[in-house]
Amino acid sequence: MTEGKQSIGGLPAMLEVWEPVIGLEVHVQLATKSKAFSASAVSFGAEPNSLTDPLVLGLPGTLPAFNHAALALALRLGVATSSQIRAKSRFARKHYFYPDLPKGYQISQFDEPLCENGHLDVIIGGGIKRVPLQRIHLEEDAGKTTHVGASSHVDLNRAGVPLVEVVSAPELGSAEEAGEFMRSLHRLVRWLDISEADMEKGQLRCDANVSIRLRGEDRLGTRTELKNINSFRFVEHAIESEIVRQIRILEAGGRITQETRLWDADRGQSLPMRSKEAANDYRYFPDPDLPPLVVDGATMGGVLRTLPELPSTRFDRYQRAHGISAGDARTLVSERALADYFDAAVAVHPGDRSGRTIANWVLTELLGALHASGTPIARSPIPPATLSALIVLVENGTISGKIGKEIFEESYRTGEGPAMIVERRGLQQISDTATLWEIINRVVAASPKQAEAYTVGGKDGLFGFFVGQVMKETQGRANPVITSDLLHKRLGR
Amino acid sequence: MSTVSSGGPPGAVSPAFWSVADIAQRIAAGEITATQILETMLARIEAIDGELGAFLAVDVAGARAAAAEVDRRRAANAPLGPLAGVPIALKDVLVTRGLATTAASKILQGWIPPYDAHVVEQLRAAGAVVLGKLNCDEFAMGSSTENSAYRVTRNPWDPARVPGGSSGGSSAAVAAGLCAAALGTDTGGSIRQPAAFCGCVGMKPTYGRISRWGVVAFASSLDQVGPLTRSVADAALVLQTIAGFDPRDSTSLDAPVPRFTDALTGEVAGLRIGLPQEYFEAMDDDVRAAVAQTAAALVERGAELVELSLPHTKLALPAYYLVAPAEASSNLARYDGVRYGLRAPAPELLEMYARTRGAGFGPEVKRRIMLGTYALRSGYYDAYYKKAQQVRTLIKRDFDRAFRYCDVLLTPTTPTAAFRFGAKATPVDMYQADVFTLSCNLAGLPGISVPCGLTGDGLPLGAQLLGRPLDEATLLRAGAVIEAAVGLGERRPSGIGGIA
Repeated sequence: MTEGKQSIGGLPAMLEVWEPVIGLEVHVQLATKSKAFSASAVSFGAEPNSLTDPLVLGLPGTLPAFNHAALALALRLGVATSSQIRAKSRFARKHYFYPDLPKGYQISQFDEPLCENGHLDVIIGGGIKRVPLQRIHLEEDAGKTTHVGASSHVDLNRAGVPLVEVVSAPELGSAEEAGEFMRSLHRLVRWLDISEADMEKGQLRCDANVSIRLRGEDRLGTRTELKNINSFRFVEHAIESEIVRQIRILEAGGRITQETRLWDADRGQSLPMRSKEAANDYRYFPDPDLPPLVVDGATMGGVLRTLPELPSTRFDRYQRAHGISAGDARTLVSERALADYFDAAVAVHPGDRSGRTIANWVLTELLGALHASGTPIARSPIPPATLSALIVLVENGTISGKIGKEIFEESYRTGEGPAMIVERRGLQQISDTATLWEIINRVVAASPKQAEAYTVGGKDGLFGFFVGQVMKETQGRANPVITSDLLHKRLGR
Repeated sequence: MSTVSSGGPPGAVSPAFWSVADIAQRIAAGEITATQILETMLARIEAIDGELGAFLAVDVAGARAAAAEVDRRRAANAPLGPLAGVPIALKDVLVTRGLATTAASKILQGWIPPYDAHVVEQLRAAGAVVLGKLNCDEFAMGSSTENSAYRVTRNPWDPARVPGGSSGGSSAAVAAGLCAAALGTDTGGSIRQPAAFCGCVGMKPTYGRISRWGVVAFASSLDQVGPLTRSVADAALVLQTIAGFDPRDSTSLDAPVPRFTDALTGEVAGLRIGLPQEYFEAMDDDVRAAVAQTAAALVERGAELVELSLPHTKLALPAYYLVAPAEASSNLARYDGVRYGLRAPAPELLEMYARTRGAGFGPEVKRRIMLGTYALRSGYYDAYYKKAQQVRTLIKRDFDRAFRYCDVLLTPTTPTAAFRFGAKATPVDMYQADVFTLSCNLAGLPGISVPCGLTGDGLPLGAQLLGRPLDEATLLRAGAVIEAAVGLGERRPSGIGGIA
């Protein structure tokens, strides 16, 4: 790995000369109950080959019948990426021989895909980069082969699971952009309930096409295809190491071979696949068992009606409408339930200038408590209206922010409403000047040495001591602003 | 078990040749039991099929159980299906639960399917007794049944001649009275041509009329199941049972199924019969004469003849031999030795594939896989498969136009009567035997072959009727009139000992 470290260390300098060009092909498993072309169930982690039927096994005489639930999900992604949706798309057969491909062909889409020319809004840094998508098409997954010593085991549970393949234009300029593309796509498909998109379960898989060229050059360099990138961490790591590998070859006067390379996460490097595995002529042709896939107006209408506001739109809106920082906005849109929670709290909150405050409470207090107790946001013991009510108590001065946090914790734990807790425990903030003046007099009288040291001796640090004493006397209920004013007056400076 | 003597009263027809309707009615009436009919058939199969070679498997136990069930229901006065007790045999490309299905190929040797084809489900639900599986060309690729990996099937009219193909086991068994009816499949004429060669009625319904679920695929956009029977009325009854929408087949048509038996009015007055000139160019004189006689008989009964042209007919054969092999090369990719059927072990995966497919497929299947693989190569798709599909559109348009001027088309089913074994020296010679039947599949139309006389040598000939999409009823109506006028009557094959 020393070699890898060196190259990564040298990368910024290399990138002044060389420009990486990256395109991604991402497979997303659609969260349907049954497979793409049969009633066989879909689930992760079942007994090998238990989720099959005659069609999934590719038995003679079986025929595919398309599961339209997969279409609805694919269309959501198509619309969310502003893609052109084909009213009549076609399934095509893609042929190759492999033991986990039962029919000897995969049902996919070729020259008439469902979606074309869309774009994905990628949240990167503080902004959004709009990355063009060449296409999104439907296809079925293959099974899974594992090699155990000299034998190979085939599990067809995954065979026939519906997928969409999302193909980006080669317009990602760095490993980081590729990583953020994956994160944005992951966020989007989860947001739209299209897929669980768990990379560890193979529900989101990424192949990357990588090439480099001299900056200013128009022509694309020879590309390699990286396969088997199965975690977000590896997306960036694998692409970066491929960029470095290509730069080294070209700088040493060599040439890039167009090939498919397999990322080996354990070794942290990619290795070329055997060429005979890569050199396939897939012999695509329209599947004669399946009529054209028709998207009618009613289906499109349903998708458009039920499409929620997208994460990239909210990311933008949170910054513009509420002045929330890009970082906080990004966290808020990391999960639709979280963003929905925030929006619900904002909606019930009186006035429209509290977005940032609410965001702070959500991101700090609420997320902290949820994480600590391992509770998903959807099952938060504090509903949005309750959080808003608590914030109102702080905003109108009934309680201090510090007390507010205490009340949050108690309410989170017990489910009791914040106003009730304040009432029951008598935690209302003391803002009455006369009451506070009396307390301050008592406190100062009790510590004459400190008072002299501050007033005469100029020991500024002692001001905090007196604030603390007042808070102690009031169990933290003293209004800090008024307390500070009155203390200055009493101490004479 | 008792069997019914084939003697009976003078002039009576042997039960082996009873019609489908007769068998069902007599069982329902209690004149005979399903078991008696079945045993008659089993005894005949035992006696004749050694020489005839129609069956690949006889499901004695399954058939006896099914027949006993019919008899039990009859005895209990339970409702009986329309085909209750009718012994029917199936071309071996139709998948049968628990009963070996080979498509006449070594590559499927030993495969026992876990499910029934849609048509088999329909037959069983109607009370039919599934007798067994019938020989055919391997994966239905051929026109003589000579491409079977397992056995030779002879023409019951002349054992030196082929029964036709690919459904040759079906036509031979029906003609020889080894079953009341059979199912075949037709991709380019594979029901109609053997029906003509063996003196049977064979119908290929409209593409989509019958579900292909459970039909071992040859060419998906052309394959269609249909009946082979000894009469048009029997074809109507069997078709009635197996036709209809099935959501498991996405190309299945969701169209109402008429009562086909009601169509058999015996009337053709006013029916416009088209004679496409391209179908009357090269053929044997016997064939020409028989079809002319058929046309004349129809005219005599009030039909009108319309001479017309289907100008793209000559493109059908080349288009077919791109589309069918291309689809076949894809459909047969699943036979890889991994999950079922033959596996020829090898240390390396690719070698295992190569050995399995090398040993499992016969020469004609390999030829078509190679043709199809070539046609689908990257960069060649437009020039071959796509072009062929465009030709299909032209052929369809020819028919659409023709059916503005006529109601059915009349042609010979084949250019010759049944040929001798080995007579077709090259694959292309063999392909030419289907020249009159291919267009119907390319256009997705229904077609029927009805016997229309014998050659001078006593071999049966078939007249083909082609109809509008979903208009099987008119084909059956006109077919029944042809059958009555110029059909074989009581003439039966006598080429193999003991048939009659």
